Amino acid sequence: MSAAEVTTPFVRRRRPATVRRKRFLLAVANHAVLIAAAIAFLAPIGFMLLTSLMTSDQALSARLWPQPFAWHNFVDVFTTAPIWRWTLNTLQYSVLATIGVLVSSVPVAYALARLRWRGRNVAFMIVLIALMLPPQVSVVPLYVMWAKLHLVGTLWPVIIPNWLGDAFSIFLLRQFFLTIPEEYLDAARVDGCGELRILYTVVVRLAKPAIAAVALFSFLYTFNDFFLPLLYTGENAHHWVLQIGLSEFRSLHQVQWNLTMAATLVVMAPVIVIFFLAQKAFVEGVTLTGVKG
Amino acid sequence: MLLLMSPWLVGFSVFFGYPLVMSAYLSLHHYDLLSPPRWVGLANYRYLFFTDPQVGAAVKNTLWMIAVLVPLQVLFALGVALMLARARRGIGLFRTIFYLPALTPPVAATLGFVYILNPVTGPVNNILKRIGIDGPLWFQDPSWAKPSLVILGLWGVGNTMVIFLAAVLDVPQHLYESAELDGANWLQRLRWVTLPTISPVILFAVILGVIQGLQYFTQAYVAGNIASGQASQAADVTSVGLGYPEDSTLFYPVLLYQHGFSDFQMGYASAMAMLLLAVSFAVTLVIVLNSRRWVHHAAGALK
Repeated sequence: MSAAEVTTPFVRRRRPATVRRKRFLLAVANHAVLIAAAIAFLAPIGFMLLTSLMTSDQALSARLWPQPFAWHNFVDVFTTAPIWRWTLNTLQYSVLATIGVLVSSVPVAYALARLRWRGRNVAFMIVLIALMLPPQVSVVPLYVMWAKLHLVGTLWPVIIPNWLGDAFSIFLLRQFFLTIPEEYLDAARVDGCGELRILYTVVVRLAKPAIAAVALFSFLYTFNDFFLPLLYTGENAHHWVLQIGLSEFRSLHQVQWNLTMAATLVVMAPVIVIFFLAQKAFVEGVTLTGVKG
Repeated sequence: MLLLMSPWLVGFSVFFGYPLVMSAYLSLHHYDLLSPPRWVGLANYRYLFFTDPQVGAAVKNTLWMIAVLVPLQVLFALGVALMLARARRGIGLFRTIFYLPALTPPVAATLGFVYILNPVTGPVNNILKRIGIDGPLWFQDPSWAKPSLVILGLWGVGNTMVIFLAAVLDVPQHLYESAELDGANWLQRLRWVTLPTISPVILFAVILGVIQGLQYFTQAYVAGNIASGQASQAADVTSVGLGYPEDSTLFYPVLLYQHGFSDFQMGYASAMAMLLLAVSFAVTLVIVLNSRRWVHHAAGALK
């Protein structure tokens, strides 16, 4: 902004009063629309929160404001549904998958970004194609494969693939690794480092923000994932993750909208907390990749 | 090198190469997971294209969703991003508010919307009633179920919006200034400066939107299940309620799921997967090839 002003070689003439008033009104209108949109975006969560605090009779009535506030709904949710077990299952999936994504995708991204070898471009193209394909395309043979390994009904079919490279993470990490100056790597090579040591001492340290972003995306994705866990554990309630439990919650508790909304908010809460806790690391990662992208 | 690439080489072969080949193989067989695959030639494809009474509806619903939701999402995200870029205050707060819904789990968001848009007890119709409007039946009405899903989709537009906002803020300031010197008004600056500069980002959003439209599943599955009110009992997730009401939320991936994993017609589901594969490829290709006409690629002159 200031740079642009400095380089502007002419002095701005004062704008006529009518123009200034028009601009002011435009700015007000702009903010008014934004605030209205923001309220509309917050309203659904607000309604969910209000309903989650109603008694079940109130939730079925036309009233919008809970009277009295039924705080115990949030206790009831945990006593009426095995939310803790669903949470443990979800953590098993999310944590193991996220570690797997990092361990497997970092070296692949490095090889794609910084090493020269025949077929590298073809390999990168295939990563891009894998990124584009709907999961439904490959799901039937994979289901058959896991069924033959007797792992349908457990969470392993959704965890194990993450230990063998994730296309999105490889892509994102590669883009970041491309921006690391070659001199750093050369300096390490001159010192006699092998590529593996360069990767784990130099590159990983420089790429911390990108790695944090990948870990965050991976965790959120697996936490929110529904299709694949449903496919493999739908029939086995013992291994349900939070999302499946939530989707079945209402059928377990006939039409109790207040409890259903409380459960919905309980499932949303970790995501919201992670977002606010990690917002800084997240934004840092994104801007860092954006500065020299 | 080989060592570094090895996880991906295994992963690619097992989870990408093998399923594609196997899908093609299974699509020519009758297979129910219990007895060995039986060769049936092109029968699965014949059934898919000519006989299956639900494929027509599923394809139509999927195309409807893509044709309506993707342009609306792009326009909406762009509009909000442009307004945010002009806002002088609170840009961070607004960005958080608009972004947050995009992070919420799709299952939770869908449940919330099915309740909020509940025709009788939901707050939206209650408020509409107070101002004298009889609200629609939303997820209970075949002609309103998809529009309800569109509203849900627009609520989750934050991701696209954040990307657009970054792109809009990245447009070089001097371009606006020279346009202003030439006497361009707000609309002309948008048309000739902003849009051309961010067009690659818009293209990216459109491709992503179409690809996601082709795999639209979770919201439709949950909405159909909950709205039908016949959600299955614990430990027995069946496909009761899929497509409810009257197949209006029966999307192609939902139908594929039903055939493959509740009827266990693995061969037929593979044929459906092959069609989805072909369409995904074709769509991406068509969009990318056509994009040269309207996407501005930053040339050397700018750098």
